[in-house]
Amino acid sequence: MLQILLGAISLGLLWAIMTIGVYITYRILNIADLSVEGSIAMGAAIAANGIYNGMDPFLATGLACVGGMIAGFVTGMLHTQLKIPALLSGILTMIALYSINLRIMGKANVSLLRMDTVYTVLENLGINRSNSVMILGFITVIIIVCILYWFFGTEIGCAIRATGNNPQMARAQGINTNTMIILGLVISNGLVGISGAMIAQSQSFADVQMGMGSIVIGLASVIIGEVLFGKNNFFSRLLSLVLGAITYRIIIALVLKMGMHANDLKLFTAITVAIALSLPVIRSRIQTYVKIRKEAM
Amino acid sequence: MLTINGVYKKFNSGTINEKIALYDVNLTLDQGDFVTLIGGNGAGKSTLLNCVAGVHIVEQGSIIIDGIDITKLPEYKRSGFIGRVFQDPMMGTASNMGIEENLALAYRRGDYRSLKWGISNEERKIYKGLLKQLDLGLEDRLSDKVGLLSGGQRQALTLLMATLKKPKILLLDEHTAALDPRTAKKVLELSDEIIRKGNLTTLMVTHNMRDAIRHGNRLIMMSDGRIVLDIKGEEKKRLTVEELLVRFEKASGEIFANDRTLLS
Repeated sequence: MLQILLGAISLGLLWAIMTIGVYITYRILNIADLSVEGSIAMGAAIAANGIYNGMDPFLATGLACVGGMIAGFVTGMLHTQLKIPALLSGILTMIALYSINLRIMGKANVSLLRMDTVYTVLENLGINRSNSVMILGFITVIIIVCILYWFFGTEIGCAIRATGNNPQMARAQGINTNTMIILGLVISNGLVGISGAMIAQSQSFADVQMGMGSIVIGLASVIIGEVLFGKNNFFSRLLSLVLGAITYRIIIALVLKMGMHANDLKLFTAITVAIALSLPVIRSRIQTYVKIRKEAM
Repeated sequence: MLTINGVYKKFNSGTINEKIALYDVNLTLDQGDFVTLIGGNGAGKSTLLNCVAGVHIVEQGSIIIDGIDITKLPEYKRSGFIGRVFQDPMMGTASNMGIEENLALAYRRGDYRSLKWGISNEERKIYKGLLKQLDLGLEDRLSDKVGLLSGGQRQALTLLMATLKKPKILLLDEHTAALDPRTAKKVLELSDEIIRKGNLTTLMVTHNMRDAIRHGNRLIMMSDGRIVLDIKGEEKKRLTVEELLVRFEKASGEIFANDRTLLS
């Protein structure tokens, strides 16, 4: 049981990086960006292919980040310059990336068994794989949270937040909202790329299908984090995302342990997210209903 | 300070819904002019403001601010010269961000934004002093989210933001229309004070004839996308609502029938 829990935590830490990326688009920019489905697989594909061909795993992970950023840039250009709705822009990038990822890997999946990964450094110190993933995942998440906390407090970071909150006001304050949307998408997908690369290395393979449903997992983690761990200041919000991603993985591990078939997982996640997203509406309907009943009496 | 030369603006061009919103509009504002702009629904008042602000790009003509031709400049680039307050109190501020964060965004209007920290401590002191002058108790709520403020408070804050960095032109688009009468009066008085103190060149759209007469040194009336009346100086000071109505009918050949303008 403890082993399952630890596995869930380490996997949750890697997915937390992706969750932070989803948060940047979904909450800060107010855009549901589906390109992450493609960029997470792209991150995995770039890292796996690089490592397979003898590249340094850290460099390969860095390249995965750059790949994700390019994907985000493409989505941003489609949306801001060609005026394609954000949702559709993301879908177009996601679909295009499917082919590109197959091109990168040359086949549907690449195995990384017995190859050096970013985790090898720690494993060489005598730490087992699972703990190495957890330690490196933790360090990466903390670094990213700190950088983003700083970044979104800077002038440019504030401009991105204003753009997502009220684009009309942002333009009136001299902010180029198009640039800010692109920048946000680039940062978000860059993080998703890193996440994909680190997940692929932890599970020792990259698969072209691994991005499927990842946006829903990201949203589920964002919402779980916000509901369970509050959303006071920005720093605690970022931490709540990490805890949300871990909690999601623990929930999944538990329902699997309780006997749910792995094939039903995506359905389970989708229903969970649908319920979580509709909670405010359901709550207000119940309140109006109760009020009407009271007034009738 | 502001020159509008032969500006035309059409909407839904080439369809059966085509509407000429501005028809050969010519207007020159001198430094320190406070112009009130009045007219019925669809007269083109807001369109004119939006053309100056860059929300719409004009089809023909030119717009020049302080010698700089801004006709083709995108909205965000013009904002360096222009302060704006909108009709909708929700529109001028970012509701999920703090009062000080909103002010800090406005403080950098038109400047290059870098990776420096978004607000400095010296700025906070400036903001506190300015908010105190508003007398709305906002000076102790610097980090509160703007979404928590009332419509009047938000409009006052937007006004402060629009003038925090002295704009070459201040555009007020019926900025008190969505407020209750008492708050509207207060915000209007505040606008008057800020404009006078800063000697700001201002273009203020209003639906209210009395406000249009009482404020500013020049009154412009629009009808059907054209400027039909331009009254300034001593003549403007002596103007009454009755006289304005008569002159409007003479100038445009139609009756200025609008309950909102007459009754308010």
